[in-house]
Amino acid sequence: MSTATATHHQDDHHAEHPTGIMRWLTTTNHKDIGTMYLTFSLIMFLLGGLLILAVRAELFQPGMQVMQPEFFNQLIGVHALIMIFAALMPAATGFANWMLPLQLGAPDMALPRLNNWGFWLLPPAAILLLAPFVLALLGIGDGAVATGWTFYAPLSVQGGIGTDFAIFSVHLLGISSVMGSINVLVTIFNMRAPGMTLMKMPIFAWGWMITAFLLIATIPVLAGGVTMLLTDRHFGTHFFDAAGGGDPILFQHLFWFFGHPEVYIVLLPVWGLIPHILTTFSRKPTYGYKAQVYSFWAIGILSVVVWAHHFFTVGLPTPALLYFMYSTMSISLPLAVLFFCWIATMWRGSMTFETPMLFTVGWIILFGIGGLTGLVLADVAADAQYHHSYFVVAHFHYTLFAGGIMGIMAGVYYWLPKMTGHMYNEKLGKLHFWLTTIAFNVTFIPQFFLGLAGMPRRIPDYALQFSEFNMISTVGAFVLGLSQLIFVYNVIRTVRGGEKATDKVWESSVGLEWTLPSPPPYHSFSEQPVIK
Amino acid sequence: MVFRFLQKIGMVLMLAAWSFAAHAEYAWNFPKPVTPMAADTLHVHNKFMIIIMVIFVVVLGIMIYSIYKHRKSKGHQPASFTGPSTKAQVFWTLVPFAILLYIDFILMGIPAYHSVLLMQDTKNDAEMVIKVTGSQWRWQYEYMDGEAKGIKFVSNLTTPQEQIENAADKGEHYLLEVDNPLVLPTDKKVRILLTANDVIHTWWVPAFGSARDAIPGFLRETWVKIEEPGTYRGQCKELCGKGHGFMPVVVEAKPEAEYNAWVAEQHAKMSAASADAGKEWTKEELMTQGEAVYKANCAVCHQADGKGLPPTFPPLADSKIVNSPNFDAEGKLMTDSHVDRVFNGKNMMPAWKGTLSDSDIAAVVTYERNAFGNHMDDLVQPSQIKALR
Repeated sequence: MSTATATHHQDDHHAEHPTGIMRWLTTTNHKDIGTMYLTFSLIMFLLGGLLILAVRAELFQPGMQVMQPEFFNQLIGVHALIMIFAALMPAATGFANWMLPLQLGAPDMALPRLNNWGFWLLPPAAILLLAPFVLALLGIGDGAVATGWTFYAPLSVQGGIGTDFAIFSVHLLGISSVMGSINVLVTIFNMRAPGMTLMKMPIFAWGWMITAFLLIATIPVLAGGVTMLLTDRHFGTHFFDAAGGGDPILFQHLFWFFGHPEVYIVLLPVWGLIPHILTTFSRKPTYGYKAQVYSFWAIGILSVVVWAHHFFTVGLPTPALLYFMYSTMSISLPLAVLFFCWIATMWRGSMTFETPMLFTVGWIILFGIGGLTGLVLADVAADAQYHHSYFVVAHFHYTLFAGGIMGIMAGVYYWLPKMTGHMYNEKLGKLHFWLTTIAFNVTFIPQFFLGLAGMPRRIPDYALQFSEFNMISTVGAFVLGLSQLIFVYNVIRTVRGGEKATDKVWESSVGLEWTLPSPPPYHSFSEQPVIK
Repeated sequence: MVFRFLQKIGMVLMLAAWSFAAHAEYAWNFPKPVTPMAADTLHVHNKFMIIIMVIFVVVLGIMIYSIYKHRKSKGHQPASFTGPSTKAQVFWTLVPFAILLYIDFILMGIPAYHSVLLMQDTKNDAEMVIKVTGSQWRWQYEYMDGEAKGIKFVSNLTTPQEQIENAADKGEHYLLEVDNPLVLPTDKKVRILLTANDVIHTWWVPAFGSARDAIPGFLRETWVKIEEPGTYRGQCKELCGKGHGFMPVVVEAKPEAEYNAWVAEQHAKMSAASADAGKEWTKEELMTQGEAVYKANCAVCHQADGKGLPPTFPPLADSKIVNSPNFDAEGKLMTDSHVDRVFNGKNMMPAWKGTLSDSDIAAVVTYERNAFGNHMDDLVQPSQIKALR
């Protein structure tokens, strides 16, 4: 592999591939697999959005209008599972597949067959998660998992078959993530172009490296936790049942040992991608590359030692409360380093504001709100009020929708011309940005106030004093949901045709991926590039 | 100094928002605090909100300035620096982080530390103890010591189903009203022990600033010291199943004299009930009381028509358990009989012996055996239940 003798004969052989459905089922090509990940992510994003629009419709007014409380509970949990595991994480893996080999100067991912398997576990996982809805229509079982995405025991021990389906779905999703992570790590450590030391690597690869480590460290804990849940449900164990010597809180420790790093698993690829966009549109080198890499490490390590701030109200001992409070607050320091570097990259640049840059700037502001409210949530005593209220719902949508999804969208607009060879429609892109940003805030700013006023999350019906804010939030949510159709239209249009993109695509884009034609050939580097 | 000033401005703004909220029935912040913990929480919250807003505005300001000034359309030429280069620059780069360290661990860290100690101090000077038990989907309260010792009751949502289904106008306290509110004296530190029967619940009254999980099989604790008489409303805030949105917490805080009168009244009611338990009840009496008990406690799962919600909540109509005898020939309670199931519970069915009185259990069992198309025609007398204790 490392010999530079161009093996043309073999290349030609590899470039032949089956067509039609078999191409996609059997492909080991990183671009094909990346495309499948991104497509899957987009479909699941729309589906997850539909679920939550049904929820917002129910919450438009007090009283039960469109559904029963049992169904409501199913929708909120499945919405979260889909958005996190089937929309955000696959989108990041899709980018890794598409861009890592291009950025590192590698011909493909290191483990192409594992790569194919990793993707094809996802559709069955999604089907497992959603199947109980259909089965319930056929009179089998009582619907999907109704515990929220957190599966808290003993409620999950009590639940119907939807819980079992969700447990197996999480197992599959976890296996897929671990395989994807192994692939990313092997690729990064072995397939970089000669001369590209780790500290010269594109920062996106750094973000993904830390994500991969976190996934490999924490997914097994989640898998263990839900497996214990499964045996509690069906095989007479009592891990989470006090009557048998177990403890329900054990489940929360296991879940959040995965669940908190999961936040950074979702965010780190985005933090890796943002500096590329900032440097491109500011026409200025990345500020503080080393500081950003060290911050990634710091956040990665801190993320596995702060989990209990997700359940301060269970009654932890005082020293534990103080430890988790201060360790959580300390995450603000490396995060502040990142914000500093992002703004310093823009500072005294020569900025233009194409759609990717708009999304990035909006992302910095909105993710900043998510981060700052997170700092406040670390305060144990005040958290007794915020916890499980709509304040928290608003907070984590600022981190996961603004910080996650909007970052991914910035990446899509940034790299789509490279992937397809066509420019997207700039006007539609800008319209999508403004509608998304405004509607997002109309949806979630009222939820901060709802939480402060005392509205708990996950309730299907609410007291009258919460009416106005809920109404505003629902209107915002529908505008937010509908504006994503502009995005879908723009992406499809770009894939099918449009103005030709140059190899560099952007005026001052830097990196190996921009040295290849747009779209890049099926096999990227027939001669390995050398970094000096 | 600057911070103090900003804090004052913030307070004024918050107060202004508050008075606006009072008129427009909007709420922009925590409800008015009535306990030391809630007052502390509100104070800390306001302070932290001002801190993060200042950080936000400053950082955003720098960025917006840059976006405005350093754009290509204004002909700005890009610089090429990638980090601080001189010693002075390194120093100025570190300043924001020194400020953040100070904010995290001094400005926010110290008050937060004291708040934690205040919140965790459940035992010192506690004057009475209440036990709160969460179950699907109601709260049970028991007074553990003092004059009120022995008083216990279940607190059920009273909002009619018609209002929830939009068939009737919603009342002022829609979803936040119960039949038996928890009654507490004002100005007394009350230690609250929490547990649950089935799944995890969280007992939360926003005006008290205390939220704590009720965990099956374990005791957790919190405390309140209510400084103003009044009725305070809150909700369960841990997802606990289909009735999660329908198990409010209502607390009536009364001045000591009124509270003592309430305690005396409860004791009188209890002794009347135990006297009732000794007498022979007629079928009409049992059926009338039974229907009321059923509606308040059983209908949420087994439904008003007794058809249940299978498979989780079995129907009572035509139920095998309901339609078989309770006592054997020697008058001994049979295992898995109707009375046994109501009295002792099994799996998801809670044991009602701890929460319902003898006459309530006798009445509700009698009612179930003679309603929903069941015709057992036998009566269960309170004295029979009393004999089981």
